Amino acid sequence: MKTTQPSAIVIGAGFTGCALAYDLAQRGFLVTVVERGELASGTSGRTHGLLHSGARYCVTDADAAIECIQENMILRRIAKQCIEYNGGYFVALDDADLGYVPAFFQGAQNCGIPVEEIDVQRALEAEPALNPKILVAYQVPDAAFDPLRLAMAFAASARQQGAEFKTFHDVVGFLRDGNGNICGVSAVNRHAGQPVDFHADITINATGAWAGKVAELTGIPVPVRPTPGVMVAYEKRVTQRVINRLCEPDDGDILLPQRRMAVIGTTSFEVEDADYIPVYTDQIKEMHKRAALLVPELENIKMRGAYMSARPLIGGMMSGRSLSRTFKCYDHRTDDGVDGLVTVTGGKATTCRAMAEKTADLVCQKLGWQRTCETAQHTLADYHLYYQAAEVTA
Amino acid sequence: MTEQLWQVHFKVRRQRTGGKPYVQTFTLEVDPEEYILDAVERIWAFHDRTLTYRHACHHSTCGACGMRVNGREKLTCITTIRSVTQNGGTVRIDPLRNFPVVSDLVVDMGHFFLRMDKSGFNSVAPVAAACLPYEQPQSAESSTGRKPERLVDCIECGLCISVCPAANTDKEYVGPAVLASLHLMYSQNPSQEFINQADDHTGLWRCHSAYECTEVCPSGVDPAWRIMDMRKKVMSDRIKSIFRPRSQEKKNV
Repeated sequence: MKTTQPSAIVIGAGFTGCALAYDLAQRGFLVTVVERGELASGTSGRTHGLLHSGARYCVTDADAAIECIQENMILRRIAKQCIEYNGGYFVALDDADLGYVPAFFQGAQNCGIPVEEIDVQRALEAEPALNPKILVAYQVPDAAFDPLRLAMAFAASARQQGAEFKTFHDVVGFLRDGNGNICGVSAVNRHAGQPVDFHADITINATGAWAGKVAELTGIPVPVRPTPGVMVAYEKRVTQRVINRLCEPDDGDILLPQRRMAVIGTTSFEVEDADYIPVYTDQIKEMHKRAALLVPELENIKMRGAYMSARPLIGGMMSGRSLSRTFKCYDHRTDDGVDGLVTVTGGKATTCRAMAEKTADLVCQKLGWQRTCETAQHTLADYHLYYQAAEVTA
Repeated sequence: MTEQLWQVHFKVRRQRTGGKPYVQTFTLEVDPEEYILDAVERIWAFHDRTLTYRHACHHSTCGACGMRVNGREKLTCITTIRSVTQNGGTVRIDPLRNFPVVSDLVVDMGHFFLRMDKSGFNSVAPVAAACLPYEQPQSAESSTGRKPERLVDCIECGLCISVCPAANTDKEYVGPAVLASLHLMYSQNPSQEFINQADDHTGLWRCHSAYECTEVCPSGVDPAWRIMDMRKKVMSDRIKSIFRPRSQEKKNV
């Protein structure tokens, strides 16, 4: 059993990396986060911003749905500062959608997701911009969040527990001890253009859609498939609630209110490398069509932005929409015979805290460090406090 | 989206920590409907991996990607290339002013964020309070029995501070976003504390009424109006304080 303070390097400062840094620091680890860009500058920042109730996946992916509703309830408590908790509607627009209702309702019950049928007239009064032709409406505990601020709140909490964040530090290789095990990383400080090494008892690859690429630096394969989707933001907030199409997960089935905007998403296709993904025009047009189905006035509202985000789906024999949205931790000692390295990938923004908890459990078990997770019990630090007074440039 | 690609020269201000600034030109074939941030990301991905810049949400909700584009403060994720240049044209890209440059286009937002924190800024507020008072908040009947909440408009991007002539001459001036935040906080909860913070030579009274902040705000916060309205509130508080018993004065400080 380990008795001196263990140290950990977390590669990647997206939701998972920030939540993991917080969890490990709270369990007494000396944590260094190494991130090649700004916080949340990959998939996390560009997420749709939906705090899932889980209902989206309750028919096709019950595991992910259960994770979502559990974490939804926790984040609602600990990260209230960056979540608008107005709920969401699932609405049916045609007979095919109506046919999905029994499976949807049963699935939600099975997953413990509170759904309630809302009288169509009442739903239209509450959300007057909704397509007046909706056939049924169900209410679910969806919410919208601010992506960067959610990452910052976890990072601020991590810093208060002593974690260090090395943003704009690009990991270029892994350090190995005499036995060939991983004992740290080589990085480049991109602000200064200088190389720097970090040493630790354990390194966690929390780079999401890039997890395969980073693990490749050690020659270890991680089957993650960057699966981008396009989102389109509009100049007007047309609803207060999240509007979901009552159907199997599909393109353009979620319309999210965020600040003064409405954001429709998303599509799904695979790429090899997530570093640069063009925003395809035909996909934008398709999103526009889908958005107007849910809220007709969007047809004539100006687009404010269009962007891509690459989901880190865990590869197998299946592809795209049918891949599970749940996450996976790999201990590369058991899988590949290399100790000192753990990879966590997959998952949803909504489940980032749970991903961090499971990964930190694995790390503690590996190092014989007997501390348990407390992140579900405490409110996160104010996101502004990611910046600390002692070190801001005068 | 578009008929043809444009050739555009991007002149980007470069600077390593502790190094001398210089300008580097990158010539790209771009879709004019794409955003400036897409071009910057493309420069990083395909031309020069050493380029540093801040970005996260790519749709104007996070505020990380503020830069000066042809000398004007822009949220680069929603600024189309077409809106700032033409085919064969040049786009100059610089970091925000009035913030310390860490490297290239990355500025240190630390001071600013800590000032926003001190002002009590909440990123989420009840729907009605999140809007400007002269706007009609949209219907928000709650079927949950809870008051609907909203992410407020200010995204803490720093554009208003970069463009502000007063911030340019006085580093101690807290700047438009912080004062707008104090006004918003005060309108949600009329506590003396917000008046005290705003009523200072580094606060309300440093503003020169240039109104540039409102001009560049990508979110419709209208900091200039909020500053002027906060001045009225402070003046009215001063008059009221003449008639306030001293014991109460102390309690509020």
